[in-house]
Amino acid sequence: MTRYIVQRMVGMLVVVLLVLTIAFVIVRLAPGDPAALMLGPEATPAEAAELRERLGLNEPIPIQYLSFVGNALRGDLGTSIFFNQPVTRVLLARAEPTVYLALFSLIIALIIAVPIGIYAAYRRGSWLDQTAISTAMLAASVPSFWTGLMFQRYLATELGWFPAAGYGGPDADFWVRMGHLVLPSIVLGIVNSALILRFTRASMLDVLGEDYVRTARSKGMTEWRVVLRHALKNAAIPIITVIGLTFALLVSGAVVTERVFNIPGMGNLVVSAVLRRDYPVIQGTLIVVATLYVFINLLTDLLYLLVDKRVRY
Amino acid sequence: MSGDTILKVSDLRVEFAGRRSSTAAVRDVSFSLGTGKTLALVGESGSGKSVTSLAIMGLLPRAGRIARGTVRYRGRDREAVDLARLSEKAMRRMRGAEIAMIFQEPMSSLNPLFTIGDQIGEMLKLHGDPGPAERRKRVLEMLELVEIPAAARRIDNYPHELSGGMRQRVMIALAMICKPALLIADEPTTALDVTIQAQILDLMRRLQGELGMSILFITHDMGVVAEMADDVAVMYSGEIVEQSATRPLFARPSHPYTQGLLVSIPQPGRPEGERLVPIPGTVPPPHSMPPGCAFSPRCRYASQRCDVPVALVEARAGHMVRCIKTAEIAAHA
Repeated sequence: MTRYIVQRMVGMLVVVLLVLTIAFVIVRLAPGDPAALMLGPEATPAEAAELRERLGLNEPIPIQYLSFVGNALRGDLGTSIFFNQPVTRVLLARAEPTVYLALFSLIIALIIAVPIGIYAAYRRGSWLDQTAISTAMLAASVPSFWTGLMFQRYLATELGWFPAAGYGGPDADFWVRMGHLVLPSIVLGIVNSALILRFTRASMLDVLGEDYVRTARSKGMTEWRVVLRHALKNAAIPIITVIGLTFALLVSGAVVTERVFNIPGMGNLVVSAVLRRDYPVIQGTLIVVATLYVFINLLTDLLYLLVDKRVRY
Repeated sequence: MSGDTILKVSDLRVEFAGRRSSTAAVRDVSFSLGTGKTLALVGESGSGKSVTSLAIMGLLPRAGRIARGTVRYRGRDREAVDLARLSEKAMRRMRGAEIAMIFQEPMSSLNPLFTIGDQIGEMLKLHGDPGPAERRKRVLEMLELVEIPAAARRIDNYPHELSGGMRQRVMIALAMICKPALLIADEPTTALDVTIQAQILDLMRRLQGELGMSILFITHDMGVVAEMADDVAVMYSGEIVEQSATRPLFARPSHPYTQGLLVSIPQPGRPEGERLVPIPGTVPPPHSMPPGCAFSPRCRYASQRCDVPVALVEARAGHMVRCIKTAEIAAHA
């Protein structure tokens, strides 16, 4: 078990190194002078030379690579050109809304998807099952910007129940900030519930047909106990997997939703950074998101162990 | 229902709802099981023997239902009840405590995520929980009773850590822990090696003697029937085609299907070089049943006279046969 975790950590390090290398190469592969590229067409040669010096672009490539990787591993992802601040600080400032948004929307998705998925599987073929499946399809198909705009118009502007957009400004109280996340969380929760619902239903359907479920019934227990104790636990692994993937996706920034609700999170940051050609920020986000993905995958795999004693690593 | 009968199934009909119409998987099935006795329900897959057992337990799949008939059951010091009309709540109290079941597949019939101690103990928990310490003690006793070696260690094992034979012993322990009056064993040895089969049958016979329970034994194996059963009902395509005490049935098998079952298995004492005779064809699917005798398409004695519905009649005292040609066939043999 400990050995497995150590192995996985080493594996994680390899992936992160690979990501660092790719991030490094992308900028150097772009045709022309990276500094000129970053500064755009209006920059003067003097400005470009100054930026080249600042970014260390005058060093030989291997030296640049080593110092880039070395700095990154020590937590220094360079300096944002636009903000003129360390990239890590820029990212950290944007992490809070994204992380809370991811957490809330995951919880909402689970509250919608898991009970309905279980019940749809249990009552397979019933009107509720069919309604659940088609609603899930619909929810997954409607683009989140449309749902977001509708929510803003009716729930925020007309009814005034929730703030329409933003994050309450720099000095806002914690609860004010969270209040701004209600609508986007619901939007993201609905969109992401569709996949989880389908996985829950499919996984439960498989399990409910198993012999041990029949054995459980033959013991004289209630259907509740059969479904929630004997079936659900067996259906959990695919469900956990899709929850992990959904969470990873959410944490890396819900670009469209953050844009629609104007939330200063990671998704918004990436889009702005691309538009501003702020390469250090793009690089930094790439690295952080990739690392998060690997980490969440590890957590998911460890959760399997808790559920199923047959899983051996 | 006489005093020494524990289970009396009368005129049972089980239907499964299809898209347009429903099909009857079990038709006109009647039998009774004496207290402390073993009745074997014999037949190929698709003959309706497992559906009959699930109907008794009230565990038919959602599409299935008992369309007609009664399942009279009288356990220890109890009034006779009709299981077919019992509420789900009352039925739940019967399952496990009064009537327990063991299944064909010991590999898949135990939940892989719980220890065997948990799974057997859960049965006690469901029927008058004696508390964790007492529960564990009784589970341990039960594991020892079904002869699981190193039971104290095994109790915390998961099913995948046990062999097939051990798992079937666990299933038996699970079924027996509440000392049920009736055990329904659905092909309990089919998935096991022959040597393990014999051990499990031995064990079941011994426990039957010690606990005084009655067994409804479902199998397709005539060898197992000869060894275990007091009475036999042979099922074919949802109907009972022959029914009698075990000895007379083996001495004078009267339905062509039963005869076919008996000559299609190897037996010691047969003349050397005699060939096993398979029954040609398969059980007809429910939607394309022949108009008369269901076995007629596969029967070597069949003629046009067989194309009318055939009743189960008493050929000899206590020996029921569903065939219009019983006398001719007996003369022929």
